[in-house]
Amino acid sequence: MWQDVLTIFIASALINNFVFARYLGLCIFFGVTKKMETAIGMSFTFTGVMLIGAALNWFIYKYVMMPLHIGFLKIVIFIGVIAAFVQAADTIMKKVTPALYYKLGIYLALITTNCIILAVPLLNAEEYADSLFKSMALALGSGLGFSLALIIMASIREKLELADVPRSFQGLPISFVLTGLIALAFLGFSGMITL
Amino acid sequence: MSTDSVNYGQIFKNGVFGENPVFRLALSLCPAVAVTSGVKNGTLMGVAVLFVMVMVNATVSLIRNFINPKVRIPSYMFIIATWVTVTDLVMAAYARDVYKQMGLYIMLIVAFAIVLSRAEVFAMKNKLIPSMVDGAAMGLGFLLALALIGVFREFLGKGALWGVQILSVKPLPIMILPAGGFFAMGLIMGFLNWIDRKYFGGTGASSGGH
Repeated sequence: MWQDVLTIFIASALINNFVFARYLGLCIFFGVTKKMETAIGMSFTFTGVMLIGAALNWFIYKYVMMPLHIGFLKIVIFIGVIAAFVQAADTIMKKVTPALYYKLGIYLALITTNCIILAVPLLNAEEYADSLFKSMALALGSGLGFSLALIIMASIREKLELADVPRSFQGLPISFVLTGLIALAFLGFSGMITL
Repeated sequence: MSTDSVNYGQIFKNGVFGENPVFRLALSLCPAVAVTSGVKNGTLMGVAVLFVMVMVNATVSLIRNFINPKVRIPSYMFIIATWVTVTDLVMAAYARDVYKQMGLYIMLIVAFAIVLSRAEVFAMKNKLIPSMVDGAAMGLGFLLALALIGVFREFLGKGALWGVQILSVKPLPIMILPAGGFFAMGLIMGFLNWIDRKYFGGTGASSGGH
């Protein structure tokens, strides 16, 4: 069983990387990677919210939705749970740790309805609804994989500021081409584990 | 709320060209790369989004006078989630083979910034029919963008269109891989920026939103 958990963790971080293989979270990915500092702040916030959101939704799916046979309402319920949790975290952080809130608060507000935060519980509900450990492995792997993507991209884009890019390609278009190149590199991981 | 002077042609022009969700506003980029390895998938995704946008705008417009402004964002979210669930269940029932490939992306329409922003910007302030037209125009802009990327990628990647083989060779197989989606998106976006700057004197697309 622990081998399964480790496999899921590595697979979701590298092989099925959210940005490079599943194409999710692109808005945030292009939005916050202009500066390294914001990319790192976002990585922490994302991984944390993803873990807690996945755990909350796992318990609700397993112990409330399954017994009541309302699995088909998962989109409505998951987004409600995540929005409520992020709002609560926002309020609690502001009160308890103002220093941390000052650093990460702006990212929290951005991620309420982000697609990859929602994608993790949806994937869990489909594949790993039976085991909390597997669900958490997927969440942690996805979070760290996304952080890796953000940090790689931020470090390249800082260099890109100095490059002489054709005017029509400045900004988003060249970032897309760059992401394609990194995605090619990530293809190399695809033979590593077969699930 | 001047419904008499609403210009439907203007709304459509705005949705398809002026504020095209994918190429101009750079919103909802994930599906633009994810489901466009073929024209068929891209178009179906576009139709799903079009349907959701029309119905969400209609619902928001109908109940806009009953929504307390303080809770309007959560209200939009639940309205959107409801219509996405409807779309999701319908597609799971009637388009099984497509649904297997892109079911996750259908569910994630719920997190599209473009749907939420049209509900807030347009449907909350306008009557039923103009709101539906606005949803249809924005959805159409999205559909056309996805179809365009789909044509580009399927033709170059497989030498085919809508599953029909046209060329006997595969010019650039990389285009149907994940990486190819990013390349296609970047190239088309850069090309459109170039046309816009050269012939229409525009400033190019916005540099990315949420």
